[in-house]
Amino acid sequence: MSALLEVRGLGRRFGGLQAVDALSFAVGEGEILGLIGPNGAGKSTVFNLINGVHLPDSGSVIFRGEDITGEPPYRVARRGLARTHQIVQPLANMSVLENCVVGACFGRENLPLGRAEAVALEIAGFVGLIDRIGDPAGTLTIAGKKRLELARALSARPVLLLLDEVLAGLNPSEVERMIVVIRRIRERGVAILMIEHLMQAIMSLSDRIVVLNSGRKLAEGRPEQVANDPAVIEAYLGNPEDAAKLRGERPS
Amino acid sequence: MFGILASILDGVLVGAVYGLAAMGLTLIWGVMNVINLTHGAMIVAGMFGLYYLASAAGLPTYSAIPPVAVAGFGFGVCLYWIAVHRVIGRPPLMSLLATFAANLVLIGLGTSAWGTVLFNVPVSLPGLTYEGYTFTGTHMMAAVLTAAIAGLLYLFLYRTRQGKAIRAVAGNREAAELNGIPTTRVLALAFGLGVALACTSGALIATLFPFTVLSGAAYQLKSFVVTVLGGLGNPAGALLGGVALGLLEGAMTPFMPVSWTSIVEFVVFVVVLIAFPAGLLSFRRS
Amino acid sequence: MHSPRFLGKPTYWLIVLATLAFAFAPLWHDNVELREELLLAAIYVILASNLNLMIGYAGYINFGNIVFFGLGGYFCVWLVSSHGWPLVAAALAGAAAVSVLALLFGLGILRLRGAYFALSTIGVNEGVKAFVANFTPWGGSTGIYLPIDAFAPLGGPATALWVIYFLLVAVMGLSLLLSFAIRNSKLGLGLLAIGQNEDAAAVLGVPTPRYKAFVYSVSAFLPAVAGALFFFKSAFIQPDDAFDLVFSTEAIVGVMLGGQGTVLGPALGAFVYEELRSTLLTAETFSNFQMVIAGALLLLIVLFVPGGLMGWIHRRWPRAKKVLE
Repeated sequence: MSALLEVRGLGRRFGGLQAVDALSFAVGEGEILGLIGPNGAGKSTVFNLINGVHLPDSGSVIFRGEDITGEPPYRVARRGLARTHQIVQPLANMSVLENCVVGACFGRENLPLGRAEAVALEIAGFVGLIDRIGDPAGTLTIAGKKRLELARALSARPVLLLLDEVLAGLNPSEVERMIVVIRRIRERGVAILMIEHLMQAIMSLSDRIVVLNSGRKLAEGRPEQVANDPAVIEAYLGNPEDAAKLRGERPS
Repeated sequence: MFGILASILDGVLVGAVYGLAAMGLTLIWGVMNVINLTHGAMIVAGMFGLYYLASAAGLPTYSAIPPVAVAGFGFGVCLYWIAVHRVIGRPPLMSLLATFAANLVLIGLGTSAWGTVLFNVPVSLPGLTYEGYTFTGTHMMAAVLTAAIAGLLYLFLYRTRQGKAIRAVAGNREAAELNGIPTTRVLALAFGLGVALACTSGALIATLFPFTVLSGAAYQLKSFVVTVLGGLGNPAGALLGGVALGLLEGAMTPFMPVSWTSIVEFVVFVVVLIAFPAGLLSFRRS
Repeated sequence: MHSPRFLGKPTYWLIVLATLAFAFAPLWHDNVELREELLLAAIYVILASNLNLMIGYAGYINFGNIVFFGLGGYFCVWLVSSHGWPLVAAALAGAAAVSVLALLFGLGILRLRGAYFALSTIGVNEGVKAFVANFTPWGGSTGIYLPIDAFAPLGGPATALWVIYFLLVAVMGLSLLLSFAIRNSKLGLGLLAIGQNEDAAAVLGVPTPRYKAFVYSVSAFLPAVAGALFFFKSAFIQPDDAFDLVFSTEAIVGVMLGGQGTVLGPALGAFVYEELRSTLLTAETFSNFQMVIAGALLLLIVLFVPGGLMGWIHRRWPRAKKVLE
């Protein structure tokens, strides 16, 4: 499996805090890589460093064989790397469809308006928002906005999708539905790098897991390997429920 | 050579008053993220306030300043309720347009009433003469009063309940709300205070220079420059920034015609903003 | 512009209709008074429509937008008086120069966001005004006068006034069509996304620096042409008139009154405001009251009807959105 995205020795400091420290990992084509770690481990910062929102102090980001370190976000998006945000950012006064059309127009394929609309419609259907396409994005529920965030990113026809806590704030049935959508995204051949706190979800979805702690890579491997890694368990020991979930047990 | 030094020192004295004006602007900006574009008009209001109380009503000049401050506070609270309250939750550009519109109304009314006539408040204070250069008494008095007012402001913000409430709301409005602080009233209070500072600085400026209804614009620009120099929402920074700006002006005036001062200040404003962009929105590239 | 999609839209025809109405109305009974009134209205429409590209689409408030109008006027009058250029060439060349200048200014100030950008545009206007007032080749603070024979190539003063009027109406039509074309294009979609949330738009792939620079430069062109025509007609230009912030503000009022972000809104708002203003001015001798009225109107709109006339229409009759953009 060739590396689609490769992060080498990535580092970034904010004031006195080393948010990300000498981080290296790779995402292969068509795989789902999960990024987990305790709160404040630096996971969202890694996303920001990859897609150009922040400049790394050290290290590089290689995407599809090309060095994209420090490229502005719009250029990264144009290369086929799309991302969702932890705190949803809908274009509130534009309709759901228009939001997706923006993604389709300015994404990897750089489509003209007409074809972008067709792609947007298809993605809206795929994600389950077809009955809300005319509504202003600001009027959706949180679950709807999360789905829009996803649809918008998908409309760009990315090769790699960065999902930042796309399940946070959803009730169990909404989580189930979202997981189905994520699996179907992978079936379409899109690779996924996802940050998630919902242990069971990310453990079952991911092909591989990278564990982050205080900005550094703590462990990497298949979900079962990581779940039984003593260092990882220790990091989560502060939260025995999560540690139990890691091992696939029911939390007491 | 001493001429330039004297000019600079004089600039520092006047700059303190600029700092006072900027404190009003930066307070409002820091507490509620509203850029008060009526700031210049409020400075002018202070100037006229002093003029009428001192020259027309015959009050001794410096004792007319507290009434101006109080009136300014009252006016500020009214202005808050009329123009600002409704746009607080909305995108910041809306509050910008709201205060901009209010300013148009005020300046329009002002020019209707007073035209572009030059007003002056004659004040005589003994100055300090050294090596043939005189530091005017009014300049020194203004700087001293500014220091006193800044001290009072510090005491208010850090030692009184209302002051602490203002700082709490400035830090995190939601948390303050949850802690039972009546945020709307605090915002009105802060706005009133900011306007009071503007009016007071206007009153002090009136003791230094002649003025017209349109003089506010130049001082508003100075306030903006000082605010970005000193940091948003930082009154102490505003005072220092004001002194710095005064210093710059003092260094410039021997060499440059007065009409170019505003342009230089504007350039400083834009350059500082571009070189040190304040984080107005969520993401920021470094 | 003549693709089937445009021709099918009612808004396009409304624009054509309005332009023709402006062109033909004063011709009825050779009504010079109406022509002068409509000329001023057309200028307000031109300023507001182009300003809307920045305020309504990209979400950047250009307080000092009048600087393009003034500079366009100066370039044209200077080229005509000092170098004997014909009007149309001078107007177009001047407008091109203004667009280039806008691009250069934009390099500096478009990095600023929100209020900082808005305030810096005032500075640009004031800075240009101060510079021109000290610039001797352009007459300094006295300005430039055009001799009466400048109108000769256009057939004499009386005919020239008609020619200039029709040219201005054409510029007005073009401004509206430009608004319309951009609104329905991929560029327009990108600009609207920037206006909603610039950082999110960038993450979605919208090339924000390029788009902002382009729209800032484009929004300068037609107002510059309008300025060229207006000041040529006045046969006199001087810094205080050319870079009048009150006029600049009135353009903003027009945009907000009519409905920022829509195609027809700013034009409607500008027209309504101008009619209001001229009615009040004949009744009120103090021109300072212009500011008070403009300010009060703007305040009321921002506080109570931020969507303007078009916003109100769209909310009341949602079907109208398709017809009246």
